[in-house]
Amino acid sequence: MKIKFGVVVFPGSNCDHDAFYVAKKILAKDAEFLWHKDTDLKNSDVVILPGGFSYGDYLRTGAIARFSPIMEKVIEFAEKGGIVIGICNGFQILLEANLLPGVMLMNKNLKFICKDVFLSVENSNTIFTSEINKKVVKIPIAHAEGNYFAEDSILDDLVKNNQIVFKYCSSKCEVSEKFNPNGSLMNIAGIINKNGNVLGMMPHPERCCDLVLGKTDGLMLFKSVIKNLTK
Amino acid sequence: MYKVKVIVKRRAAILDPQGKAAEQGAKLLGFNNISGTRINKVIEFFVNVDDKKLAEKEVKEYCEKLLSNPNIEDFEYTLEETK
Repeated sequence: MKIKFGVVVFPGSNCDHDAFYVAKKILAKDAEFLWHKDTDLKNSDVVILPGGFSYGDYLRTGAIARFSPIMEKVIEFAEKGGIVIGICNGFQILLEANLLPGVMLMNKNLKFICKDVFLSVENSNTIFTSEINKKVVKIPIAHAEGNYFAEDSILDDLVKNNQIVFKYCSSKCEVSEKFNPNGSLMNIAGIINKNGNVLGMMPHPERCCDLVLGKTDGLMLFKSVIKNLTK
Repeated sequence: MYKVKVIVKRRAAILDPQGKAAEQGAKLLGFNNISGTRINKVIEFFVNVDDKKLAEKEVKEYCEKLLSNPNIEDFEYTLEETK
């Protein structure tokens, strides 16, 4: 099966080319940019909402991007079971669009944090993680608003439905406040929707797919998606 | 036409790191009586509608759909008739 990645470009996206590069050059798949004013996903099988500062993060992160014309189609696609990956700002947009529950607050220490972090793979039975063959992966974060917050009832649901995919942890898989970079509730770094076809994560898997960059843990995520699509 | 002022407030139960940081600054400045600092948003605009009820309806929708995030924020607004 020929798989096509669609990478949405909002004004202010800045990880769009990284995602495109991974799809096209590393994974050797078809890839196309989708402009925020487009109203057509151009037959994409996987839609990526990339990182960046869409609309300058004005009002709230992702709040304005969420109403871009393309988002109507992305929401429709997601509701029909299409695979959507929101990375960093993309995750924030998915939250604003109510495709995923919760909100992002400013990091607890009020700083923009840019560093490699360890993530515990909490659910390896998803289309995004089935090919990840380790319990802990190392993926970089780069954000100021990644402090995940949700009401208790939402958190209960996330736990009950196994929707928490990644948690911040130590290199030895210790999940605790000590290894929580931004104050996220339950150390949450990535979640999926109930149907399991929409993933939002603050860490950047697209930034660790090329051996030249010294780390490739992100690649397993994209390979999982491809494997599950071609099944 | 109405001049509108909207205040968007994060709910009390939700952490406001900016307010907390400002209050730390206040302590450094020696303002020892200050507590509960919260940073809210004030948004101002005009609604070009003469009927107050219709104007209010539009303001409310604007607040609900875009200006506030109903998951963590509440809003209040005032309308002032203007030419």
